[in-house]
Amino acid sequence: MNPATSSTSAGGRPALRVTEKKSIAAGVCRLTLVDPRGERLPDWEPGAHIELTLRQGLTRQYSLCGDRWDPMAYQIAVLREPSSRGASEYIHDELSVGDSVEVGGPRNNFRMVPAEGYLLIAGGIGITPLIPMIAQAEMMNLPWTLLYSGRQLETMAFADQMSEYGAHAVVRATDTGDRLDLAASIEAAPRGTKIYCCGPEAMVDAVESYCARLPAGMLRRERFAAKERQAPVRSLPYEVELAQTGKRLVLQPGESVLDAVVAAGVPLLASCREGLCGTCETPVLAGVPDHRDSILDARERERNDTFFPCVSRAASDRLVIDA
Amino acid sequence: MTSPEAPVRTEQQVPSLAGDPFGETVLSDPFEFQRELRERGPVVYLPEYGVYGMGRYEEVRAALVNWQAFLSGNGVGVNPARQHPKSAILELDPPDHDAPRHTLEPLLGPRRLARFKDEWVDKAEALVDELVQREHVDAVSDLAEAFPLSVFPDAIGISDEGRESLLLYSDHLFNLFGPHNALVERGQAAFPEIASRIEDQVHRDALAPDGFGSELWEAADHGDITGELAGGLVRSLLIAGIDTTVHSLGAIIEAFLSAPDQWQALRADPRRARVAFDEAVRWASPVQTFFRTASRDVVVGDATVPEGEKILMFLGSANRDPRRWHDPDSFDLNRDPSGHVGFGMGIHRCVGQHVARLEAECVLHALARRVSRIEPAGEPSLHLNNTLRGWKTLPVRLVPA
Repeated sequence: MNPATSSTSAGGRPALRVTEKKSIAAGVCRLTLVDPRGERLPDWEPGAHIELTLRQGLTRQYSLCGDRWDPMAYQIAVLREPSSRGASEYIHDELSVGDSVEVGGPRNNFRMVPAEGYLLIAGGIGITPLIPMIAQAEMMNLPWTLLYSGRQLETMAFADQMSEYGAHAVVRATDTGDRLDLAASIEAAPRGTKIYCCGPEAMVDAVESYCARLPAGMLRRERFAAKERQAPVRSLPYEVELAQTGKRLVLQPGESVLDAVVAAGVPLLASCREGLCGTCETPVLAGVPDHRDSILDARERERNDTFFPCVSRAASDRLVIDA
Repeated sequence: MTSPEAPVRTEQQVPSLAGDPFGETVLSDPFEFQRELRERGPVVYLPEYGVYGMGRYEEVRAALVNWQAFLSGNGVGVNPARQHPKSAILELDPPDHDAPRHTLEPLLGPRRLARFKDEWVDKAEALVDELVQREHVDAVSDLAEAFPLSVFPDAIGISDEGRESLLLYSDHLFNLFGPHNALVERGQAAFPEIASRIEDQVHRDALAPDGFGSELWEAADHGDITGELAGGLVRSLLIAGIDTTVHSLGAIIEAFLSAPDQWQALRADPRRARVAFDEAVRWASPVQTFFRTASRDVVVGDATVPEGEKILMFLGSANRDPRRWHDPDSFDLNRDPSGHVGFGMGIHRCVGQHVARLEAECVLHALARRVSRIEPAGEPSLHLNNTLRGWKTLPVRLVPA
């Protein structure tokens, strides 16, 4: 069974449904995802990403580029990348309107923090997290400049919308031979400007070196991460052992661990049930959790010593938890 | 809904409920008013203040989560412009709310609190050791106030001086969310002096190097928040982090007095302390109410709250709504209190809830080991506040185990 087209849910959270799929540039499609029950999606802020679980446990992270004042839909823009081990090809070629896809997060390692102004630097599909930042800077009436480069104009998502911002948004296709002088722009940025950069490794490295003399925290960057998960996300049942009582529960991947524990008569306090508030946090004594929360950072997730049973589940055959 | 010829007054579409939710009668015994509120409908007009009110669980929870439609930035009190500066977190909407929230939340999260646990356990045990030897204990001043005051200001890193006045300070600020009534009048005289002393204590130089306060200033150094926000958040920790916990700890003692068998249930299985505390927060709702403002015409049930109108969220009423809770008036450790709105819900949910839970767990574990029964030892007296519900005194006898 192809998990991406089934209605399997992650923990207590249902898989999201694709309601729109639109080509927005050459090789880039934009997906709109909604809760199949018509409910609100967990809140997010500019810079946030979600993690999609695609076929065979393949997971990929995509920045949210929609409007967070609309709580009912997420939008992501996906570049077709031959190097993505089939993830982007799958999204481009197979995933269709009406299909379901499992989503973890949202998480945010690229938060928009207070500043007197923003210098936003995007390379290629790295534009996506910056789109909500532009909207937010506009809303707050703060000065901003976007420096957006890509290989060819027709591959550059959102480039067509940038013309409405006039001189705020500088869009350059490098195939014209025209290059942005990022070092000079960073040098010229007024004090109090925060710099946000998202793009390919080489570009982020270059921007980092140009910002080396700036105080800590002035540059915020997000690299395209293509790190593999330690254990593939599973589509088979697994066992949860409750260490304090010795109870063993067998769960289907779509079931909520929280509900199963409570149904087994073991009190486990929760609150938001969205992996946001942290109330149901439970130590993991053995096994590898499949984290779907918005709380832990990457390092904390990799420790495999705690999880949030309201949305997270197991990546291993067995999970022993301190409940 | 409306026609140009004959505009329909909105308050006529919505059931109305007379009575003063901030009056002494309702504050002393809010349950009948809240029951009536829930019965009238999902949203009710409160003519006393020209505001709307919600008292049913489903609608209150939905409104708390819906920050797009129900704003906090216009103030969460009855008056849009109160006499003191707006809270640096509670009374902000996105995007202004983002940075303070995401700076404070991890600081007060369970993993960062772990460093305090041993010390708090020791302090709770020492306090309870002392209390079980006394003939009479006031569960408010001797326990519910004493414990948070002995741990939380230290965790923030503020000086020892004048800790009792912290309670007067936050009590007055919580009163200011309500109308200018006798409770506000009473607190006014002493407030300026207390407030100015506290302003000195929250200064960066006055904070101990390893507490939440200094960590907030470090976040400002890193540019995650502004310096102004760092100072405001330290103040917010003092305002919202002590009085609320005091009344929650008072509530749990009151809860066990109301249901002595539940005390035995906790003693038999002290791991239920976390559930017990949240059940007490549900049952007593130490924070009773907060206002929101409609960002547009908002439909609730079959009524419309017009844009710009204030809506009073009755958290205490939602937490006792029989539509959501079976036998809501009983304090019951077998209940799963998950999802109660005593800590709010959504982006403004209590950012210190993990601190409160850890404090309560330390106190309850210490009590469960040493106290066989908690018995009443005199008439308790209520502490009235426009926002908070709690006790002024709660005389008890802690019978040693």
